[in-house]
Amino acid sequence: MTVRELLEQGFTEVTIPEPDREIRGAYMGDLLSWVMGRCREDAAWLTIMSNVNVIAVASLANPAVVVLTEGVTLPDEIRILAESKGVNVVSTELPSYEAAVELSKLIS
Amino acid sequence: MTEPLVFRFNVDGSDFTSAGQASVHVKKNLRELGLPPEIIRRVSIAMYEGEINMVIHANGGVAEVIVSEDAVEIVLKDQGPGIPNVEQAMQEGFSTAPSSVQSLGFGAGMGLPNMKRYTDTMEIETEVGVGTTIRMKIFLK
Ligand SMILES: Nc1ncnc2c1ncn2[C@@H]1O[C@H](COP(=O)(O)OP(=O)(O)OP(=O)(O)O)[C@@H](O)[C@H]1O
Ligand SMILES: [Mg+2]
Repeated sequence: MTVRELLEQGFTEVTIPEPDREIRGAYMGDLLSWVMGRCREDAAWLTIMSNVNVIAVASLANPAVVVLTEGVTLPDEIRILAESKGVNVVSTELPSYEAAVELSKLIS
Repeated sequence: MTEPLVFRFNVDGSDFTSAGQASVHVKKNLRELGLPPEIIRRVSIAMYEGEINMVIHANGGVAEVIVSEDAVEIVLKDQGPGIPNVEQAMQEGFSTAPSSVQSLGFGAGMGLPNMKRYTDTMEIETEVGVGTTIRMKIFLK
């Protein structure tokens, strides 16, 4: 499943500079060093963190998309930064666990 | 034998919003050099963790990345408080990060273990009250 296709499944676009990226697997976590060490390239990264460091971690660990759960959104300046760094971000009102369950159905 | 390439960055210790910029920059540079993605990923992770540690724990410092024919070396130098017990600091979960940065997602105590895990060699030189120098190497062959 590509990041663009997530939008047809109830996830909301925050910024999607790289819509055709294929999602492979997922990682859920908010502690950045865990994410750095464990999140695979091309995974969907589920988090409730929305500060600027999320964008740095995402551009280095290189997940296919950051999925903000629990209705979390990005401040405008951070959204613009994500876009300029080629970091895909979507959001969902779903709680983290439900979002993970939903994603697992979609990407398996 | 070609000359090693050196990238040098001042890491600002007061600015959390730009923390990680040096690492993002290095990643771009290494991409342009055509290094294998897996190597770039390992360098990025190790350097990011070291860079963030200098910001959080040492009020900034200097980062150098040296690309030679057989390795990428990362040297992180700060004049922060030093690490009193390196063995303890290297353990997963050990952290002295203040609560102000925990709310930003730091302080899991996984940074140094990540640096060790994603590099081939890692040396820590540290003295309390003087500073810390960390050298890491990732071999290309
Ligand atoms: N450059 C440094 N100067 C002084 N102390 C340091 C430095 N780097 C690490 N430390 C000490 O080592 C501890 C462990 O570092 P480590 O990077 O593993 O975890 P952390 O930075 O606390 O949390 P995380 O990296 O998971 O966000 C730190 O909490 C700090 O006490
Ligand atoms: Mg750290």
